Amino acid sequence: MDLVDTLLEPWRSGIGRRALLEVVLLGGICGALSFWVTSYRLAYPAESLAHGLLPGLVIAALAGLPLLLGAAGGVGLAAAAIALAARDERIAPETATAVVISGAFGLGALLALRPDAPARLEELLFGDLVGVGDADLFAAGALAVLASLALAALHRPLTAVAFDPVTAGALGLAPARVRLALLGLLAAALAVAVQGLGSLLVLAVLVAPAVAVRRRSASPLQAMLAGAAVAAGAGIAGVYASYLLGIAAGAAVALALCLAAAAGSALPGLRRGAAA
Amino acid sequence: MSAAVSAARASLGYGGEPVLTGLDFAAGTGTTVCVLGPNGGGKTTLFRALVGELRPLTGTVAVAGRPAYVAQTDRTRLDFPVTALDVALMGSLAGGRWWRPARGCDRQAAGRALERVGLADAAGVAFGELSGGQRQRVLIARALVQKAGVLLLDEPLGGVDPDSAQRISTLFAELRSEGRTLLVSTHDVESAHAFDLVLCLNRRQIAFAQPGEALTRSVIEETYGSELVVLSGGSDEPVRAIAVQHHEH
Repeated sequence: MDLVDTLLEPWRSGIGRRALLEVVLLGGICGALSFWVTSYRLAYPAESLAHGLLPGLVIAALAGLPLLLGAAGGVGLAAAAIALAARDERIAPETATAVVISGAFGLGALLALRPDAPARLEELLFGDLVGVGDADLFAAGALAVLASLALAALHRPLTAVAFDPVTAGALGLAPARVRLALLGLLAAALAVAVQGLGSLLVLAVLVAPAVAVRRRSASPLQAMLAGAAVAAGAGIAGVYASYLLGIAAGAAVALALCLAAAAGSALPGLRRGAAA
Repeated sequence: MSAAVSAARASLGYGGEPVLTGLDFAAGTGTTVCVLGPNGGGKTTLFRALVGELRPLTGTVAVAGRPAYVAQTDRTRLDFPVTALDVALMGSLAGGRWWRPARGCDRQAAGRALERVGLADAAGVAFGELSGGQRQRVLIARALVQKAGVLLLDEPLGGVDPDSAQRISTLFAELRSEGRTLLVSTHDVESAHAFDLVLCLNRRQIAFAQPGEALTRSVIEETYGSELVVLSGGSDEPVRAIAVQHHEH
């Protein structure tokens, strides 16, 4: 049958199977994480880090090192540069961040666009789901497991601080440390996910799922599970669209995620009346 | 009688100029203290120092054990998806072991605390859908679950419905009889008469004494300045007065 054939097509090739597995793993963990990213209002820092890690990615690509290593180094350097620039009290932190990150992005582009550099800037910016290898899948799987464990352990502090940062300290929690732990998780997720979705598109999977499910969730756990499901589903839809329509996979996934977010915002919420 | 809450020659601030000076008081275990003062007078600053968020610029402040803090409800996130029971349950985080899920006995304690504030029926209701007074009572339930000997409550009666205000006042009396120490900040000079002690603040400590002694016309005038309408009382007798508040919201 045609339909079955069409649905099975991506699964027939190793490339398609790996791309699907990658979006499910990344979507699952990043979709869950997106609830906290939006709850702690970290969308802008997340975007900054995602763009600011580009030089690390480019240097790793040029040196033939694993991209994960470059991404991790890039995130660390971008975070340090933002923290340093934000210490100048004469300018607002978001202004300092914008300047630092544009600079880092420019540096990354400069390095990647040298005449003697291999032409890989496109996949670093927009992702390379088709080129996902076993090492990438292993990294995504490890991230999914470790970040899930971390989210489980941090669940109560994350909830208490997000709900009421003012009195969380009186409960014996350190709100600054809770926030820092979340930033660490965000950085790890970015470093792993950026290879599949690219420096410019990775933000979609760390913000859009939460927007899609927020108004229909009665608890943080529900929001995380629903976010994970939406992100994995949008990832699969994006990979299929890429196969069937012959369009770029990373961009298709990002668009599917944003469509889900738009639909989630437009449809009425179910929370009212669903109490008890 | 040991001091549950005390300050010795303390001044508080956020770096730079102190915003509250001359703090010198000691409240024994099982006493209720009304903290009076105008907006910006230093009530919340005092509480932040007592919970350990703010180190005194000079002198010391001390609390026996870790106090529970009930901030004004408008500091909480109303759109965050938690139920009344979830919020009460957060009090059990004070027992440490934050990485573990809540235990059955924690849930029971949270349920009992909600019952005590008269909200057993609302346990499953989203926090953001409760009335202001109900939210205040849920936050007090969270403080009860914390099992703290000292409770700091920032304007707990501000803008709550009469039913909630009645329940909260009754609860204060019960907590006092259990030997807990309460510091309650309020705008309401009238309600201060129901407390054991009154601490008047206006960027410095104006008075610390029993209500009959502290609430004189001169003290009240010094505490509130021009925000006050005095209804009766001579310069050295207890007064009845209304503090006129200029909210900055």
